[in-house]
Amino acid sequence: MTIQTPVALAPAQRALSVLGGDLTERSLRLHLEGLSGVDAVGLEQRAADLGTRSIKTSSKAWALDRIIELIDLTTLEGADTPGKVRSLVAKALTPDASDVTTPRVAAVCVYGDMVPYAVAALGSAHANGGPNGINVAAVATAFPSGRASLRVKLADTADAVAAGADEIDMVIDRGAFLSGRYGQVFDDIVAVKDACRRDNGTHAHLKVILETGELNTYDNVRRASWLAILAGGDFIKTSTGKVAPAATLPVTLLMLEVVRDWHRLTGEHIGVKPAGGIRTSKDAIKYLVTVAETAGEQWLTPSLFRFGASSLLNDVLLQRQKIKTGHYSGPDYVTID
Amino acid sequence: MTSFLEYAPAPESTAILNLKDSYGLFIDGEFVAGHGTPFATISPATEKHIATIANANAADVDTAVAAARRAYDKTWSKLSGADRGKYLFRIARLVQERARELAVAESLDNGKPIKESRDVDIPLVAAWFFYYAGWADKLDYAGLGAAPRALGVAAQVIPWNFPLLMLAWKIAPALAAGNTVVLKPAETTPLSALLFAEILQQAELPAGVVNILTGAGDTGQALVQHPDVNKVAFTGSTAVGRAIAKSVAGTGKKLTLELGGKAANIVFDDAPIDQAVEGIVNGIFFNQGHVCCAGSRLLVQENVHHEVVDRLKQRLSTLRMGDPLDKNTDIGAINSREQLDRIRELSDIGEAEGAERWTAECAIPENGFWFAPTIFDNVSTSSRIAREEIFGPVLSVLTFRTPAEAISKANNTPYGLSAGIWSDKGSKILAVADELKAGVIWANTFNRFDPASPFGGFKESGYGREGGRHGLAAYLTSTVLQGAAL
Repeated sequence: MTIQTPVALAPAQRALSVLGGDLTERSLRLHLEGLSGVDAVGLEQRAADLGTRSIKTSSKAWALDRIIELIDLTTLEGADTPGKVRSLVAKALTPDASDVTTPRVAAVCVYGDMVPYAVAALGSAHANGGPNGINVAAVATAFPSGRASLRVKLADTADAVAAGADEIDMVIDRGAFLSGRYGQVFDDIVAVKDACRRDNGTHAHLKVILETGELNTYDNVRRASWLAILAGGDFIKTSTGKVAPAATLPVTLLMLEVVRDWHRLTGEHIGVKPAGGIRTSKDAIKYLVTVAETAGEQWLTPSLFRFGASSLLNDVLLQRQKIKTGHYSGPDYVTID
Repeated sequence: MTSFLEYAPAPESTAILNLKDSYGLFIDGEFVAGHGTPFATISPATEKHIATIANANAADVDTAVAAARRAYDKTWSKLSGADRGKYLFRIARLVQERARELAVAESLDNGKPIKESRDVDIPLVAAWFFYYAGWADKLDYAGLGAAPRALGVAAQVIPWNFPLLMLAWKIAPALAAGNTVVLKPAETTPLSALLFAEILQQAELPAGVVNILTGAGDTGQALVQHPDVNKVAFTGSTAVGRAIAKSVAGTGKKLTLELGGKAANIVFDDAPIDQAVEGIVNGIFFNQGHVCCAGSRLLVQENVHHEVVDRLKQRLSTLRMGDPLDKNTDIGAINSREQLDRIRELSDIGEAEGAERWTAECAIPENGFWFAPTIFDNVSTSSRIAREEIFGPVLSVLTFRTPAEAISKANNTPYGLSAGIWSDKGSKILAVADELKAGVIWANTFNRFDPASPFGGFKESGYGREGGRHGLAAYLTSTVLQGAAL
């Protein structure tokens, strides 16, 4: 083995403080490879145990409302049009026309070119990253594959931010990660984070999609989660929704353990977003339980936890109506977007 | 709402139970009155009366053993293995059909959380009967010698920690092998065994093949010392086990003992740490620590000691103690006042001996018997809480520096029932497992049970194996083996 000249990485602040001054590809690799392993059987068993919690009556009512408040209502189709996006925004603003007490979702999530239409449709309800109203999240960096040059990914990001996106959902370069080029993945994230900067010095929130279905092992998911946090991600997100399996409870549990450990280490809060495949209230409640019993209850807030979902909202609305009226209605009693 | 984590109550309904006010002894297929003074069984979570239970005296034991002998001579030994198997399959299916009822009864009488009785105890009970039902017509091919034969009447005495599961561990292999049974459940947990007697009636098991006698220690003593018994099987404390071994010595009765334990759960610095913490919790706080194979001694490598203990405390703070029938309860009630007193006494000794005590903050209900999950850190090997079986939710934490030290500390106990090893390195797990003197060794998991896996101890943890093919051997004799012995 030859000794190679250390390759310096982009000086991301978190990495500097945790890994020390000589931030190189090698120091990053040593750190990631030194993380404790994950036992797949044990992790899946723990997730299954959390899934057996029985959430009833007042707890269930609270959970259903909170699930709505944590949703990034999503449309990511090649067939998306301004009309479809306006319809999605209308649903986000008024999830249930029959019950005005229904809370609103956290954000709408669209492709970059649809951001102007989403912003226009939201009008005064656009939160602009603030606590009131609805945010606009845009997928960027050649979503979902991420197979484009860094120049294109940065332009994609800057374009969405300029159009008014409050949150950027980027994808990591899974090819680089799987071939061990951790430094490249790291530098990409740092560069995208920089592209999230607005003229006034503020940042669009950065969610880093790991695409856990392609990373394949839990050890990889843990390493990628640490890498994304060290490089400056505000959120770590499971999936694009375009690759199966998308979000699973064990993967989300593992990512929650990482943000819990990061908080223990630094006091800093990082968000988690499972996306894809969460369709029922019952499943979503299992995620709430997992968040509360792993990272803590304070994570059950839109700035720290989101569901990337489209059909979940209507199932939650049906459950809400059931609690209110005492009987189940049907899919024609909730609106499609 | 103040806190999502204070989940709203989700109690399992007791409406499914159809309990009688009082229960007799189950002898020769019928419930009959006992001749001892009846006693009450209570719910340890509320101290409320559940039912009055008959008490078998020596005369009742005589009647029951005679019924078992008759059933053995006239019916059970004449049946083919395939026909015995049919009865066992029928029992297994009835246990599944009545699973919810049995789970509620078990949690009510024993104090264990419903999620454990529902997801662990009762499914395993059914699994045990299914497993041994399959063996009943294949005994000639079990590698136990040519034409193995049943022993005759088996006297079985079981503990209160897994009442119905221990019953299944005892009855299923005994019947599959062709024996008849007189079984005594523990004094504090007779309920599920009596519901099981109803299942036997429902299954139309021939009268006398299984007899269930309720009572205390004297009933058990009369049963194991009965001259017409061919086999004694006991699960319980080492002290009682020793007395039984003495009393059957020289009588020709075959004996299986499954006794206490003080298992080491060894965590190496390369362990998958989050799963190891789960495994430690499951190892000692499963069933309130009322588990003979509980991982009550945590041996953790010194360089990760603080991190493991910190994470463990954080995890324990999320455990929910309370109503055993609530589906979200993780830690139920201690089974009896007597056991609670023993746990308290040993914990006080631990504190007096200088170990650092930490107890999870949780509200203790006013009535019933409760003990909050407790860790003793910096325990020395000579401390009593590192030597004696506490049989409660109390973990002793010790450290080690090298695998050799871990092995010698793990083996430094009169017991040898189980052990756990946590490491991401397979070769290390195998090398350490080779050196541990324990009957069951779990790697990167703990407290997993399967009917196909033999279970039993080294040293003072007992002898004989239950479960698997080995479990059949305890209830069979072979002409070839006997000839060799002469």
